[in-house]
Amino acid sequence: MEMMSVYSSLELDRAEGLAIDELIARSQQPIPDPDRWLEEERRPNVLITSVDAVLNWGRRSSVWPVNFGLACCAFEMIATAVSRFDIARFGMELFRASPRQADLMIVSGTLTWKMAPQLKRIYEQMPEPKWVLAMGVCAMSGGTFAGSYSVVPGVNRIVPVDVYVPGCPPRPEALLYGIGMLHQKIAKDSIAVKR
Amino acid sequence: MTTALSGQEVSRQIGERFPDAVLQSDEAAVVLRGESLLEVAQFLKATPGLEFDYLTSISGVDYLDYLEVVYHLTSMKNNHSLVLKVRCWDRDKPSLPSVVSLWRGADLQEREAYDLVGIAFSGHPNLKRILLWEGFEGHPLRRDYL
Ligand code: SF4
Repeated sequence: MEMMSVYSSLELDRAEGLAIDELIARSQQPIPDPDRWLEEERRPNVLITSVDAVLNWGRRSSVWPVNFGLACCAFEMIATAVSRFDIARFGMELFRASPRQADLMIVSGTLTWKMAPQLKRIYEQMPEPKWVLAMGVCAMSGGTFAGSYSVVPGVNRIVPVDVYVPGCPPRPEALLYGIGMLHQKIAKDSIAVKR
Repeated sequence: MTTALSGQEVSRQIGERFPDAVLQSDEAAVVLRGESLLEVAQFLKATPGLEFDYLTSISGVDYLDYLEVVYHLTSMKNNHSLVLKVRCWDRDKPSLPSVVSLWRGADLQEREAYDLVGIAFSGHPNLKRILLWEGFEGHPLRRDYL
């Protein structure tokens, strides 16, 4: 009988490699930021505006981020979450280990092409409405590694990004400010406008 | 603190057993002939007084003229360390014996050196890419990559 190997099989690795090559080929252009609704004319409608107000208040007051860190920036995100900076002030203390319970993905760190399919999958597993915050220059544009052989030049190649927080790494205050911006963005959302 | 053993001192001990194994040595490191790596490594691991039972790291380096693999060894028992180096002059098919049979920790590190610098370790149980994906072209930490 053949011994069970501790290593992944070569077929599995090849399939992964093919999937990554395909993703690279598909992701040569950045996905436009989802901000069209900012410019669209709002039709005044008593019903929609009041429903919007309640819905958006609820949504922005309890944004649950998915527990997902990629590189050095993740530590700054952790620092934001613990008592000194205390993300709980914004109703966001519940970092969910399951994307199915989360609304916000904080992409904190360098995204490599090998990790990109997993990021995409986590994003797709999150229920609508969902938002993405790109934290740090690596997530924004690839940063220092922008021309590198293995790093995605900006997570907006893979998923649409709502808020960009620059810095290397951004300080927790910057992340909190970015989250504040996201709250403003959610407040302007409307059920009448397709995201 | 861990004492860094003198390369010259250790190479004298190696030379008593394997006269042809050492190419050069100085205070910092011992440079070995590739073919004798495995037997010398076995010797360093088993000899009382040396007993390098722990492999701290393996790094691949490209010096353009040759590729080099650096082994950092530590002895937990005697609290001392040593730097071993092995060189490959053949850029197209660099090959060295694998030390996974001696130090299990070499497994992933040799794969990394293979992945990024392109050194093939013969006798490795699972030599394939580790950081990059299967199907990636080339070895990016080579100086002539791109
Ligand atoms: S932006 Fe800077 S701190 Fe953040 S992941 Fe990149 S290198 Fe690390």
